[in-house]
Parts: sequence; structure tokens; C-alpha cells
Amino acid sequence: MLKRALAIITLLIIGYWLAQGLAGVPFGEDKMVVGKYYLEHVKEDTGAVNAVTAIVVNYRGFDTLGEVTVLFIASTGVGALLWRKKKKRTAKTEGSLVLTTGVELLFPFVVLFGTYIFIHGHLTPGGGFPGGATIATAFLLLYMAFITYEIPHRAFEKTEGLAGIGYVLVGLIGLAIGGYFLYDWIWQTWGWGHDNIGRLFSGGFIPIIYTLIGIKVGTELSGIIDNMLKEGVSE
Amino acid sequence: MNVPDISVYYFGAIALVLIGLYAVLVKKNVLKILIGLSIMETGVNLLLVSIGYVSGKSAPILSEGITASNAVDPIPQALVLTAIVIGVATTAMALSAAIILYEKYGTLNVEEIRRLRG
Repeated sequence: MLKRALAIITLLIIGYWLAQGLAGVPFGEDKMVVGKYYLEHVKEDTGAVNAVTAIVVNYRGFDTLGEVTVLFIASTGVGALLWRKKKKRTAKTEGSLVLTTGVELLFPFVVLFGTYIFIHGHLTPGGGFPGGATIATAFLLLYMAFITYEIPHRAFEKTEGLAGIGYVLVGLIGLAIGGYFLYDWIWQTWGWGHDNIGRLFSGGFIPIIYTLIGIKVGTELSGIIDNMLKEGVSE
Repeated sequence: MNVPDISVYYFGAIALVLIGLYAVLVKKNVLKILIGLSIMETGVNLLLVSIGYVSGKSAPILSEGITASNAVDPIPQALVLTAIVIGVATTAMALSAAIILYEKYGTLNVEEIRRLRG
């Protein structure tokens, strides 16, 4: 009880400090500095209409490569922490009729929707990371509905590795053509899609990189789900 | 001690951070502590996005009549997108550590885990 009261007093003091600090930050006012530049130049620099994905993939593409690496290290870490000599699915209750039928019907559509999200990353809100997470959700549904289901490990690991290599390759081609890593060669050098900004075939390499990221994130998160749902069994 | 005059979005962000911090400080179950950390993270993300908001302007997607002059700041949104992904990665790592703790000690209570040490 005393501990709880102390915690609440501490929290109130911290909250008051935070509120005092934020009282000096005006809400809803234009505070843009670099953002202004991005908004004004995003269309001719990158060909994407969604400024957020243009910043994530094009202006700060190197940062996103680091982000993908962090996700890869986390998935490797989960695999290493939960490593057992022999792992098996030990779930005992089969999914109900509603769940199994629903998953059988919905699985292709959930994957399709995830694909839609990452292919249209340069036009609509979303992109590779949410799209990949949606695809992983489809596999989580399969795991919940069928007690013996497992993802095809070998194929998934290979796809994940190839997608990661593809991202670096796109960057290296930019290095060879334009002189720096992750140079947008499709938009700047080849000039593809200059007359259909706002449609699917525009945005330079953003759709390509986001497709690779979507595939990588989807397979990686499915692998994490697989690692967490299986338990080690002794021979 | 007068109450500082802040926007409701900042208030909500601070409230989420404090709720998460409360769970971290008071709760004994490892899973509840991890949920508290996730709630704190949501609060920080909300704070970042609401700092980038500009009154009366729209999402920074420059089609359908939205131009550079009536879009909000895209940089905080891009940063939060990164932060969410990193949050998922760290949560997955922490959850697998919790799985190992449970296998080793048979409990998720932090006090009992401490007592079993050595």
C-alpha cells in the first residue's frame, strides 16, 4: 500500500514536470523547418505523393536499412533465446469451427491486403512494415486455427535473406550509377514514371524497396511467431 | 502550484506515459511490466505525432487537392514509424526472455524470481 502511494506521488511529480515542460511547446502551430523543404520538393525529388514514405525510404533510406537490420537482429535474438534441440507444436485444443472455416476463407484475402498496403506505400498511408505485419497476422491466424500447422521454414528463411540482399543491391546499384549509396536511379537517372505521379507506376525505387521490406518483415515476424508458439520436447 | 495550460493531446500523451510507468513501478508480473512499457511507448509516439500537428491541415499525402501549404509536418510521423517497428522488435525480445524466465522459475512474479537467485 505504501509502495503504491509512493509510486503515485512520484508519478504526479513527473507528470507535473512533463506538463510544465510541454507548456512551452505550442500545439497546432507551424514549427516546420526541414519538413517544409521535404513537402515542397517531395514530388520532383522522389515522385511519391506520400511525403512520410518518401522520407522513410528515399531521404532517410540508410536509416531504414538500419531499422530493417534491427528487426533482423531481434528475430535472430528471439530464435537464439528460444533455441531448443527439438521443437514441436504442443497446442492441444483445435481451433473452433468458426475459426478454422474463417481462416481458410480469409487467409488469401489477408495476404492480398498486406500486399496491397506495401505496394501502394508511396500513395496511401502504410508501407512495407505495416504490410509485412498484416501478412504475419495471416500466418498467426493459421497457427491459431490448426494445431499441427507450421510455416515452410526453409523457403521462408531463403525469401527473407533474398529480400534483405535485394535492398542492399538496390542501394549498391545507386552507388554505381549515381555516386552514393541508395541513390534513386529509377527516378533520377532513368526518369521512369515522371508523367504519372500519384499513380501506381511512379515513386522511383520506393515501391521496389517497400515490396522487399514487406516480404522481409512478413517472413521475419512469421518466424518470430513460430519460435514463440513452439516448445522444446525431450527425445 | 498552478496547473500548466497544455493541449489535450499533450495531456493524453503524458497520461499514457504515467499509466505505463505506474505499471512498471507497482506491478509484479513480468508480462504486466512489459505491457506497461508498451503503453509508455504509445504515449511517447502520440506526443511526437501531436507536436508535428498543425491546426486545420491535413495528412502529408500530396494528392486530391492537398499541397505543400496545407499538410502537417511529415518528419515526426516518419520518426514514429521507425519507433513503432523498433518497439515491436524490443517487445519480441523481452517476451522471449519472459518465456525463458517462466521455464526456469515456473513463475513470472519478479519478487519470487529474485528470491530464487543463487
